Amino acid sequence: MSLNQTRYDTRLTAELRRLQLEIEGYAREYGLDFFETIFEVLDADDLNEVAAYGGFPTRYPHWSFGMQYEELKKSYEYGLSKIYEMVINNDPCYAYLMRCNHVVDQKLVMAHVYGHCDFFKNNQYFAHTNRKMMDEMANHGTRIRHYAEKYGEDEVETFMDRCMSVDDLIDIHSPAIKRRSTTSRYDFSPEPADQARSAIRFKSKGYMDAYVNPPDVLKREEEEFRKQEAEQQVRFPESPEKDVLLFLIEHAPLKGWQRDVLSIIRDEAYYFAPQAQTKIMNEGWASYWHSTIMTKHALTPSEVVDYCDHHCGTMAPYRGRINPYKLGIELFRDIEERWNTGRFGKDYEECDDLETKRRWSLDLKLGRQKIFEVRRNHCDVTFIDEFLTADFCKEQGYFSFNYDEHGHNYVVESREFKKVKERLLFNLTNFGKPFIYVVDGNYRNRGELLLKHEHLGIDLKLPYAQDTLANLQALWSRPVHLQTVVEEKPMLLSYDGSEHSNKTLGEHDDPRRHASGKAR
Amino acid sequence: MGQKIERDYQRFRKIVRGKVKSNLNKYITRGELIGKKGNDLVSIPLPQIELPQFRYGSKGSGGVGQGPAKPGQPLTQPQDDGDGNQAGDSPGGHILEVDLTIEELADILGDELALPRIEPKGKKNIVTSRDKYSSIRRAGPESLRHFKRTFKKALRRQIASGTYQPEDPIVIPIREDKQYRSWKEVPLPQSVAVIVYMMDVSGSMTDHQKEIVRIEAFWIDTWIRAHYKGVERVYIIHDAAAQEVDEHTFYHTRESGGTKISTAYDLARQIIEQRYPPQDWNVYAFHFSDGDNWGDDVPHCMELLKNELLPRINLFGYAQVESPYGSGEFLEHMKELAEEAENLICSRVPDREAIVESIKELLSTGR
Repeated sequence: MSLNQTRYDTRLTAELRRLQLEIEGYAREYGLDFFETIFEVLDADDLNEVAAYGGFPTRYPHWSFGMQYEELKKSYEYGLSKIYEMVINNDPCYAYLMRCNHVVDQKLVMAHVYGHCDFFKNNQYFAHTNRKMMDEMANHGTRIRHYAEKYGEDEVETFMDRCMSVDDLIDIHSPAIKRRSTTSRYDFSPEPADQARSAIRFKSKGYMDAYVNPPDVLKREEEEFRKQEAEQQVRFPESPEKDVLLFLIEHAPLKGWQRDVLSIIRDEAYYFAPQAQTKIMNEGWASYWHSTIMTKHALTPSEVVDYCDHHCGTMAPYRGRINPYKLGIELFRDIEERWNTGRFGKDYEECDDLETKRRWSLDLKLGRQKIFEVRRNHCDVTFIDEFLTADFCKEQGYFSFNYDEHGHNYVVESREFKKVKERLLFNLTNFGKPFIYVVDGNYRNRGELLLKHEHLGIDLKLPYAQDTLANLQALWSRPVHLQTVVEEKPMLLSYDGSEHSNKTLGEHDDPRRHASGKAR
Repeated sequence: MGQKIERDYQRFRKIVRGKVKSNLNKYITRGELIGKKGNDLVSIPLPQIELPQFRYGSKGSGGVGQGPAKPGQPLTQPQDDGDGNQAGDSPGGHILEVDLTIEELADILGDELALPRIEPKGKKNIVTSRDKYSSIRRAGPESLRHFKRTFKKALRRQIASGTYQPEDPIVIPIREDKQYRSWKEVPLPQSVAVIVYMMDVSGSMTDHQKEIVRIEAFWIDTWIRAHYKGVERVYIIHDAAAQEVDEHTFYHTRESGGTKISTAYDLARQIIEQRYPPQDWNVYAFHFSDGDNWGDDVPHCMELLKNELLPRINLFGYAQVESPYGSGEFLEHMKELAEEAENLICSRVPDREAIVESIKELLSTGR
């Protein structure tokens, strides 16, 4: 790929090329393993453009990229922020540098980039991503431009807006898990376990039978089973489907081009999902390596101050949220330290004596090996769950905060480790977004769509939920319903194409009762 | 700016300005960035469109932060409606709003407006723009490929790389060789126009009203200048007598006295007759007043308008502000006349907020 429209050479200058080779060498020495990496040097304006397109200059046209661009451009022009680098998960990896940056910044960025490239290539959560995405995105762009030409720009754009409103309703774990059974839904041969499904009879002597197994109870139970079975047969989807987009692609009455557009948006959502899933680790890993390579090898004495300034700027903790760079790098270093000194496992955990614990040192030197293993096998949720310790949390000064309803603002809640970890994990799980499933594609036997929000203690933002529902309705064509919980009461939000309605549900329909393990 | 992002950006701006797609309007948020210009904090408007998604509400939500803080200490400013937007970290104190230059504002104002019924007339011209194919770029649609240049470049490359054989002169362009025609917007002379601004500066107009009138005249003027190059302008102020003035005087005069609108109309007629004969010029006239005319003068005004002015000009716009003293009945007379004459447009401007609407009334497209 090349940016044809640029009026300057986007290749590395001879000096940068030399530095790239040097830094690539260090990266390889440390055992980083990456796709070939192609650097392009861009002006701020072009870099902002590429960044607005999520790194893909050939992406399909949509106003949302224009919106991104305006934000980047204005922040850059007023000196509020600037992009140092962009790396694209692709084989070969593409990385963009800012042309006006100082040489020491370019070195830092290159070292950082090799960290990302290694992560993209080796982290399990990226295994399913398309490594020729640069080409794929260009194809998507061509297809969507073609549809816009053929069916009208407004029409295609309106449809895309709707798709984008629900593009987070995907099942991020589905690439790694087989969700659907291999047996066909159209296999109608009767189940062999028929009698196992009949009511349970307790063993009894003949004269006691009417008392031990009262006939009316048996009858009732049998009926219940039959009802369940009947339900089982007509249930569609068979089990709750979290990949709402896939369900729509397969079952919504869409036109050919609409189906294709929706699948393009779904493909891209899956491609980008791992980057959100591993934000802390990915940035942490890249920062760990830029700091290691720069401080141990690449820095010249005259560059130290500039390097520190830039590095600190990136690592500065934020008050109101997590800085993924900071948390990531510190946690990787903590893990390395713990595995170097043997501060893990049963013996260490169970040691009661603080003094012994403080002086614990086994000289195992397993740290480097461990962090490489961690970068291969974990995503942010498991990374935090497994390696965040109370000591680390205290040392770093983390606190949790919650929403104060009376003051309408966020208030510091606690410094307790358990609370901090809980909040952190909640906000990382499913990207901190609600779990929504398709439970019935033929609701009330009228072809209506029933979704369920698995309520985990926090209500949905209602106006948003209603508008999103309206967009789903437009895709599904028939009325759409969402089971959720509003202020402790189970509710059914509905939209039939012209009007919203909210209905409080009886206890029986409480989605919390059905929030079963099956769904996950 | 690349052509590709330019398109998406323009599309976004159009949606934000409400020119297309009303169904996204409710999702537009008027955000801002807080920046610094010298020592002042400035607010940089940043409109955004947030497509609805299933999201958690703020009740029961929370997160994790880092740094010194005591439990119970608030992290953010209170929010109005309790929705969990970004933490409000806006600094206090006065903030100036920057961003738009006057040209940009005129642009925003302008896309829905036009000088109605403009016709190509005369030789001295006003200008609109047209695309002209005058340059070359390395990317473009195949239909615009520059055949000769492409093959020249391919030939040069083949000679340089040694793959060209004079005895078998086959030249095959590869992608890098391809050259495409590209266009520039060039101003194109089209038609000529003169705008006559008339303003009532009589004693019955308070400062507040003069301000409204000036703002409206200023924006109409700015917009026309931004969109039509080389338009001639004539400024007339009047109380009981009318005089032609320059631009600066027009915007800065304080007069007092009675009101005789007919004097202004008469002066306008003379100027048009002498300097801008209607067969060569598109003539537009705008008149701003509080409608508090000297009673006996009204029939004379109507006569002048009907028989002398309206037949000669493309459009006469009349904008009237509220009058604290008089009846403002002049507007009623004008409205009566407007029913028979379609190139007369009346507009009422009760307060500052109504200015934009009034401009749109006067200059809306499709008339």
